[in-house]
This record gives sequence, structure tokens and C-alpha cells, in this order.
Amino acid sequence: MSKKVAFLQGNEAAAQGALYAGCNFFGGYPITPSTEVAEVMSIELPKIGGKFIQMEDEIGAMAVVLGASLAGAKALTSTSGPGLSLKQELIGYGCIAEIPCVVYNVMRGGPSTGMPTGPSQSDVMSAKWGTHGDHPAICLTPASVQETYEEVIRAFNLSEKYRTPVFVMPDEIVAHMRERVVFPEKGEIEVLERISPTVTPDAYKPYDTSCGDVPPLAAFGSGYKFHVTGLNKAQDGFPTTKAELVQAEEERQVRKVDANVDDIVHFEEYLLDDADVVVVAYGSTSRSARFAVNIAREQGIKAGLFRIKTFWPFPDKQIKALAGKVKGFIVPEMNLGMCSLEVERNAQGKAPVLGIFRVDGEPINPDQILAKIKEVK
Amino acid sequence: MAFDYDKWIRPGKLPHIWCPGCGHGIVMKGLIRAFETLQLKKENTALVSGIGCASRLPGYIDCCTLHTAHGRAAAFATGVKMAKPEMDVILVGGDGDGTAIGGNHFIHACRRNINMTYIIINNYIYGMTGGQFSPCTPTGHKASTTPYGNPDPGFDIAKLAIGAGATFVARGTAYHANQIDKLIVEAIQHKGFSVVEILDDCPTTYGRRNKYKSVIEMMNRLKEVAVPVKAAEKMSAEQLEGKVLTGILYKEVKPDYTSEYAKVIERAQAAK
Amino acid sequence: MSRYELRFSGAGGQGLITAGIIMAKAASIYEGKQAVQSQSYGPEARGGASKSEVIISDGPIDYPKATTVDALLAMTQEACNKYTHDLKKGGILLVDSDLVKTLPEGNFKIVSFPIINTAKNDVGREIVANIVALGAMVALTGQVSRENAEKAVLSSVPEAFLELNRKAFSIGYDKALAASA
Repeated sequence: MSKKVAFLQGNEAAAQGALYAGCNFFGGYPITPSTEVAEVMSIELPKIGGKFIQMEDEIGAMAVVLGASLAGAKALTSTSGPGLSLKQELIGYGCIAEIPCVVYNVMRGGPSTGMPTGPSQSDVMSAKWGTHGDHPAICLTPASVQETYEEVIRAFNLSEKYRTPVFVMPDEIVAHMRERVVFPEKGEIEVLERISPTVTPDAYKPYDTSCGDVPPLAAFGSGYKFHVTGLNKAQDGFPTTKAELVQAEEERQVRKVDANVDDIVHFEEYLLDDADVVVVAYGSTSRSARFAVNIAREQGIKAGLFRIKTFWPFPDKQIKALAGKVKGFIVPEMNLGMCSLEVERNAQGKAPVLGIFRVDGEPINPDQILAKIKEVK
Repeated sequence: MAFDYDKWIRPGKLPHIWCPGCGHGIVMKGLIRAFETLQLKKENTALVSGIGCASRLPGYIDCCTLHTAHGRAAAFATGVKMAKPEMDVILVGGDGDGTAIGGNHFIHACRRNINMTYIIINNYIYGMTGGQFSPCTPTGHKASTTPYGNPDPGFDIAKLAIGAGATFVARGTAYHANQIDKLIVEAIQHKGFSVVEILDDCPTTYGRRNKYKSVIEMMNRLKEVAVPVKAAEKMSAEQLEGKVLTGILYKEVKPDYTSEYAKVIERAQAAK
Repeated sequence: MSRYELRFSGAGGQGLITAGIIMAKAASIYEGKQAVQSQSYGPEARGGASKSEVIISDGPIDYPKATTVDALLAMTQEACNKYTHDLKKGGILLVDSDLVKTLPEGNFKIVSFPIINTAKNDVGREIVANIVALGAMVALTGQVSRENAEKAVLSSVPEAFLELNRKAFSIGYDKALAASA
């Protein structure tokens, strides 16, 4: 049997991926260039008995998603730069209260209104450092329409598995370009469900870590009653200022992601075995990079591509290992140097890191990357 | 037989954080009596709040409780109600939380007429942060950030709610304790967005700055300014000067949001 | 490598993004090739410069935007001035002869006919000018077969307008062949 295919935009594929993952709630606010996700969800969700709501503002959209998730829904919101800035308040709430949800953020220029229809990759640091306080961060940066579909499914899985908000951050090019998508059959891609408590409602504690760092989460309205707060809390969910409890809980929240980087961090290695020059790239820029690497190889230059699929947690281990072997890294990105800082941190001075930074609303083209590859001696 | 409040109080969570003389405890008792009158099921009741003294109330009540971020209670609660329309969703919070930082969520919850009840405890001040003026602080009054008297005009929460589309709006006071549960019972029974404003006192951060000598004096003020809507009908404009109407101020029957969304689902599925 | 690049340019509201999408869909879904469509546009829903780019290849497509364009459609003078710079030597430039009066110089083949007026007078509705242009681009580029392109058109437009669009496509296809002969 041949599989269902469609010619879709990145944002449309994101919505379809969410539906495959079992998403049954969407809360959003209109913003270019992510609005198509909301439009598709407004059509599709009621067909399956799911709920769509357009909220009064971006903060409300984040709040409604967290509320719905606590009531048992698999919830999605979509936004872009300025909306992400507004949502950060409650993304922090989702992190500390450990509420699964997916935040799909299309990267356009900034700061502020920036260039609403132009591409950018300048929100990647916001995913990790945008909300105040220490918190776990998972951020996926797909590079194609098919991958956007699949990474949104993975984002839902990770959010349920680790009980935390997960970002999917395509740049505007990936979000708005159209490619063929081959839809997986039902069951072909694993869909994870929320870890529900096995204890009785009387014995339930919402942050009970006796079974590991990710406590099971009951849904409001399912027979369990418990307290949720944005304050530092103890295992029973109630606020605490006891120093040792606060320290332990904060560390656990970060650890549940950090201790599982091998499960979360996905990447692609292209022609790296003998590479002297490694281009580290993500999103649509990684496509320019592959194009440039192929031309460099034709010209006898040993170039390779390390393509980041999971931006956070950052693939520290992999970059560190490469740093000892290569003559240099090239980091092309549509910002003024964000990923390059992470690569530099991991290169530890063992290999130079050359950036190609563009914030003019134009993509980084293969010629620019090829020229930079040739600068590495 | 004395009313058993403990049935709804979470064991070990008292004493509460409220100051001596604060009326929030009176409102909490009224809320508990209302829950008991309606025989609400704890597992099926969500009590949602924002940030502030009043927003600490859910922590003491034994049901599904959600202490959200400052001003966001209505938006979180909308998510709970949309995902589980069969739940009873009640919001509680203060005047600053609900009408300043949460003002947008508040008016849009009113506009949607989503079937939830919002109890706004109005003590005219940001108490938790030490007594800054709120959108409800009367003009001329003093707060820690209006040392020369408040230049701002204040909101009338009830009028705001009615104007924004809430279909049940009532007002009571912490002094009129016996009325509180009755208003809340009617509000929860109303299908649509219901708002109950409870006027309260804050002796610690408001009273002492505004020349109230005691809690009793503040409570007496609530007693004196409150006029039941029925009694007001027989009073002249002059007699009503400086008074505040209490009781059920507004009520209408209109489609509620989750019922309307259920129709959206029906239409989408019929078209499929 | 078989990479072939097309650009549909003009003013916002002329339906050029749709034309690009249908071209890419024809290649990707019906022709069995790979295709990527992308666009850039301003804040205006109507007016302003608009372009839609389509890359067609037998293999995976890395860079999703145009590098050197094989075939360019320009539906306004502004678009023609702005987007001809990276047209490949020996490439194809299709313009609406009523709207593009100043033709660029260069080593490429220019095909011109009154696209919008063809839609208005020969097809009967100006709104399908983009499909007339698409038919012309399909004929001139040969990247997808006439049959597959028509299938893509018919699967992309509302059912009530199937005939209108079929006619627009067909007339555009034939006119371009005649104009380039």
C-alpha cells in the first residue's frame, strides 16, 4: 500500500505532526510567520473532538495551553519572536510546575518587531535563557518540511516523557517553504503518552520522585486532587522555602533533561570521517551548508557537515570530540553569533570557529559558506 | 451543629498567611459554605488563582487547585474548562491581580461568557508587595506609591465585568459574611461567566495609611457604604452618594463558551 | 546535477505564490521528482513585490532558494527590473508584454505575450492570469509534463472553477509555445 503524501508548507506539516502525536488542544494568538499552524488546527481539532481557542494575547495563549495540559490535554501553541518574548513568563511556569506542552516558534528577525516576514535564527538562545531562573531546555530545529512534521511528534513525546515544555523552532524559511511530506502510518512512529500515577488519589503527590526524576502527572478532573504552583515547591506540590528542598527540586528539574542528553540530542553527521573543516549548522542554513560542502568536496577540500537537530541540550559531547580532530569549524547562522558561542565553548580553543552571520532577512547562501570553508588553512 | 469547615480545609496547611484583621478568611469561609451547599465534588472542582494575598486561598482548600502567575488565573482556568468542561472551575484573586496585570484576561473571560465563577476580593491595594495603589484604590487615597494621594480614578469592577459581557455580576462585602456564600452559590449555579466582587479591608497596608484607627472601623465602613440593590431602588441619588450597591447587580441568560464550542465540534464533524 | 530553478515574480495579489506551489506540486507529487517551493513577500496582502521560487531536481534539494535562475516569470516592470540579475546564461524570461515594456539585456531567451489580457479576453476571467502564466512556464521549461501539470492545477483549485482553470492553463501553454516559436 502506498503511503499518503501531500505537498505542504512547514507550518502545515507542524500542525499535521501535532495531530499525529495526539494533540487535542491548541491555544494561540495570530502572529506572522506562524499563523498557518493555528489555521490548520482550527479546522482539524474540532473534527476529532479537540479544542481550539484563539486567546486575547500571547501570554493568555501560553496560560490556556498549560491549563489544558493540567486537565489532561496534549497541548500546542505556536508563535514567533515577539510572541515568544511574551510567553517566556509562563514558559518558566511550565518548567517549574513541570507541565508538558509544545511551543512551536517560527524564527523571524528581531529584536522587537524586527522583520516579520523575513527569516532568522535568533531565538535559539531565548529557548534556553529566555525565561528567568534555571530550568531545563529542550529545543528542536528542523531543516525540512518532513522533518518539521516528525520533530513536532518527537517534541510531544519528549514533553510527555520529561514532563516539561518543549520548543520546536524552525526558521521562517523552513516554516514557509513547501515540500512533499510522506505521512507515516498509524503506529509507525511511536507516540508516547503521559506517565500517569499508579498510586491511589489519597497517596498521590504531583512531584513524587520515588520512581525517578520525572514524577507521574495526574490530570485535573480524573479523580486526583492536588496543588500546582509557580512557587518553589516540595514533592507534595505545596510551596516551600526550605533550602535543601528547593535546591534538590531545582537540580532535579534540570537533571531530568541533562542526564538524558543521549536520548534527546539528535544530530546528523555528513562526510565527517576525514573532514578537516566542519560546518556546524541547523535549520534551513544547514541546507546551504550541505550544498557548499558538496561543492568543496568536488574541489578536493575535505569538508563535512555537523547538522544540529536538537539545539538544546546542545550536542556538547559531539562538538568536543570533533574539536580535537579538525582544523576549523564554520558556523553559518541567521543571527549575529549564537550557535557559534556554543561551538566555541565546546571547541575549547582546540580549533578556530569562524562565523557567518546574517541578519538582513536573506538566507545564507552556499557561496558564502564555500568561501569561508576555503579560509580554513 | 456548627458548620464543619475542616471538611474542605487541607490538613496541615493552616495557619494561613493573612494578617490579623484581614477579611480574606471570611471570604474563604463563605466559599467553603457555598461549596458545601452545592455539594461540589472535590475531584471535580478546580480552584484557580493568580498572585497576591487573595490568590493564596486555593492552597488551603482541598480540591484541584492551581496557583498560577500574576494576573493569569482567568487564562489558565479557561484551559482547564475547555479541556474538561464538566469540571466546576472557580477563580479567586485580588483587585490588582484581576484588573491590572490580569485585566485583559479578565475582560475576555467575561466576553466569552465561559462558564466559570470569578471571586474578586477587592481590598483596594496591592497588599502582598506592601501597599502600592491598585486600579481600585480610590482617588486621593494613600498608598506606598501614592504618598501625596492617588491621582488615578479607580475601576468599578462590577461595571467593568458587565460592560465586558459577564452574564452574572454580584457584589458583597467581608462585613456581610452571611451573604457571601449565597452570592457564590448563585454565581456557580449560573451558566456563563459569573463575577462576585467582595469588598474587603487591608488594615496592614491600606488602613493605616488612610487614617483608619482599627479593623473594626474598616469593617464598619463596609457596613455603612453597602446598600442592597433592592433598598437602593427606594433611595434618592443624594442618599446614594458614596454608597456601594450590593447583591446581584446583573444577570442575563446567554450562550456560554464551552457549549458554543461543542456546537463548533458538531459542525466540524458534520462537514467531515 | 539536475537542479532546475524557477522564479515567479510580480505584485502581491497576482497569484504567483499559488502558481509556484502548483508547479512544485506537479513536479513533486505527479512527476516523481523532488521540489521545494518558497516565497518572499512584504507586509501587504495586495500589491508590493512578490516572488515565489521553485527548485526542481531528480535528487535531494539542499539549498531551497534560487542560486542562478533557469526560468523567470515577471508580471510587472518592477519585478522584471528587480529579479533578472541572477538569470542564468541561456535562461528563459517570460514577461507580460502589456506590463513589461522595458526589457533587460542579457544572454537569455525572452518570451512575451499579454498574459493578463489573455486571461481577461481569451479565458474570460482576469483572476486566472496566474494559471495562464503557469501554463506558459510549464511549456517553456519542460520540467513537468503537460498532463502532470494539469493534474496539479485541477487538484489545487476549487471544484467550481475546474473548467476555467483547465482552459487558462491550456491557453497559456499554447500561447507560450506560439510566442517562443
